[in-house]
Amino acid sequence: MADVHVVRNPLADAFRRERLQNLAAPLKWAAWIALAFGIFSVILLAYGRDPVQAYSDIFNNTLASSYGMSEVITKMIPLVIMAVAVALPARLGLVNVGGEGQLYMGGLFASWGALTFTHLPAWLLLPFMGLLGFAGGALWAAIPAFLRAKGWLLEVFSTLVLNYVAILAIEVIVFGPWRDPASANYPQSAQFVAAGWLPTFFGTRIHLGIAIAVVAVTIFYFVLKRTRWGLEIRAIGGNPEAARRNGIPIGWYIVLVLAVAGGLAGLAGMAEASAVYHRLSPGLSSGYGFVGFLVSWLAGHRPWAIIAVAFLMAVLITGGDILQISQGLPYAAVNVLMALILLVVLAGRTVRVAR
Amino acid sequence: MTTAVIIGILAGAIASGASVLYASLGEVIGERAGVVNLGVEGQMLVGASVGFVVTAITGNVVAGIVVAALAGGCFNLVFAALVIQRRTNQLATGVAMWILGAGLSTLLGSRFVGSHINGLPEIELPGVAILGPLAQILRQDILVYLMVPLALVVFLALFRTRWGLRLRAVGEDRTAAVAAGLNPSAIQYQALAIAGMFGAVGGAQLALSFTRTWQDGMTAGRGFLAVVIVIFALWHPLRTIVGALLFGGSVALGLALQVRGAQTSPFLLDMLPYLLTLIVVLIWGRPKAFTVPMGLKAVFEGTAR
Repeated sequence: MADVHVVRNPLADAFRRERLQNLAAPLKWAAWIALAFGIFSVILLAYGRDPVQAYSDIFNNTLASSYGMSEVITKMIPLVIMAVAVALPARLGLVNVGGEGQLYMGGLFASWGALTFTHLPAWLLLPFMGLLGFAGGALWAAIPAFLRAKGWLLEVFSTLVLNYVAILAIEVIVFGPWRDPASANYPQSAQFVAAGWLPTFFGTRIHLGIAIAVVAVTIFYFVLKRTRWGLEIRAIGGNPEAARRNGIPIGWYIVLVLAVAGGLAGLAGMAEASAVYHRLSPGLSSGYGFVGFLVSWLAGHRPWAIIAVAFLMAVLITGGDILQISQGLPYAAVNVLMALILLVVLAGRTVRVAR
Repeated sequence: MTTAVIIGILAGAIASGASVLYASLGEVIGERAGVVNLGVEGQMLVGASVGFVVTAITGNVVAGIVVAALAGGCFNLVFAALVIQRRTNQLATGVAMWILGAGLSTLLGSRFVGSHINGLPEIELPGVAILGPLAQILRQDILVYLMVPLALVVFLALFRTRWGLRLRAVGEDRTAAVAAGLNPSAIQYQALAIAGMFGAVGGAQLALSFTRTWQDGMTAGRGFLAVVIVIFALWHPLRTIVGALLFGGSVALGLALQVRGAQTSPFLLDMLPYLLTLIVVLIWGRPKAFTVPMGLKAVFEGTAR
């Protein structure tokens, strides 16, 4: 009696495995995110809240209602921009945790434009504010970029610390010289003239900033994949030493890329000030810089994945506002959930960081 | 400025530097073992909230500190499991741990905002009154008194014990440590658990002694400054004392100027600690090749995955 030997074709096996893996990837993702939701449910229970009720509150008020969806998209705009501001330097091997400060600086510069040049028409004032916002964020990001390029201090530390300085700078100004006398108890600047408001669509809060977000992701994709700059950025990110020996000016790339990232964050700040608040307010960002950081890392710094992850996070942010009202949960609860999602996904190593 | 003001600033420098010193000492231990942890801010918030809540419920400050330390240790073990076992990116995991700690502390503390506690009592050394106005500097709580001895203990543990030698060996070169028969993961777990306790006690000191209240995000970046101070200190426990005192001094100076009615925005003065810490680390703390634990080189050259 002979053993039955099944002759296996190794190549076919490999193909089969890969097909299975391709199928498994989304499933794995779903499983990891479900795990994060599971852990969060335990925390909610410990806090004395019904997790099922909480999740259905989030769902009913975001995905299941047209108003909710419009709010989600409004929140997505800064998240996508901020995620690109993290992803672009990340491709170079830089960790930009300073999006929050860069956003505020952009908002500050743009607000100066709106409050100073009140006579300009909208078609002139808005681009000018955008330019100012970009410049504000870029200049703020240039500080850590310079320190890093010189090899004096890692950008991750300086960007983190400079966030606090930027927010304090905003408070100096809105509590001081720019304080709106009309809103006596609330520290914020005077309202911009109507020409300084980014237009909104369909009676919702969705604003023209969405164009900035779309353009940012698209340019990010094309620069990386289709240009010499992108190639060199990826080369530095992959192996800085080899890049240096090939004559790529690493220092210049560090300054340029971080400044552009800061500029993007500044544009997000301009859009929030101009379209959502119509003024400079210390509440300009509800942590968009940090959530943008989570988005970029969850997306593995990939342009199209950023949009998908930003959508999920925007649902959670909007949900956080809902839970505050419906369940009396502090807003920070969704921060816990978002951090858990990143931790679980990082641990699951489904994130292959692209270079 | 009169002597009284200067003495007041010195006393304030010591009191407000204490929380940062604890966090820095913990971070030194972790980084010497080859792990950069940006989650210190989260550890401190967990420590501050747990310490405050336990103290508010039990009325026992010591219980508050002990439970806070345990909570901080457990919290950091989560970080440890991720970076050691799952090899996640240390910087991104640290940032996530910060956001997690901040969120958890807000949830925990939300019912205790405005609660009153009897914080850590100040120690009145016998015979200290002879010093006259200088006595104010010595009127501190036990956690402040323990600052220098603890820094010494960390120094001795790291540089004068077999355990410390092994820990630093792991931080310099994991592979060589394995070849030498060590278990790097076990050592890093120990280092990070201890680091978490230090960070949490730092946060607890802030809530139980310095402010005696609980506020969301009350550490206001002290955890990140603690990490920067470690660079300034060139990964040496005793030099962290200098860094923490410089930080504390800038906080105290800002407060003193505010109290004396300086004609500037209080928010401008609040920037002092951040800017001063950055400037100080730029002047004295530029990592020199031979001081960075080799195991951190990938992180410090931006090539970590």
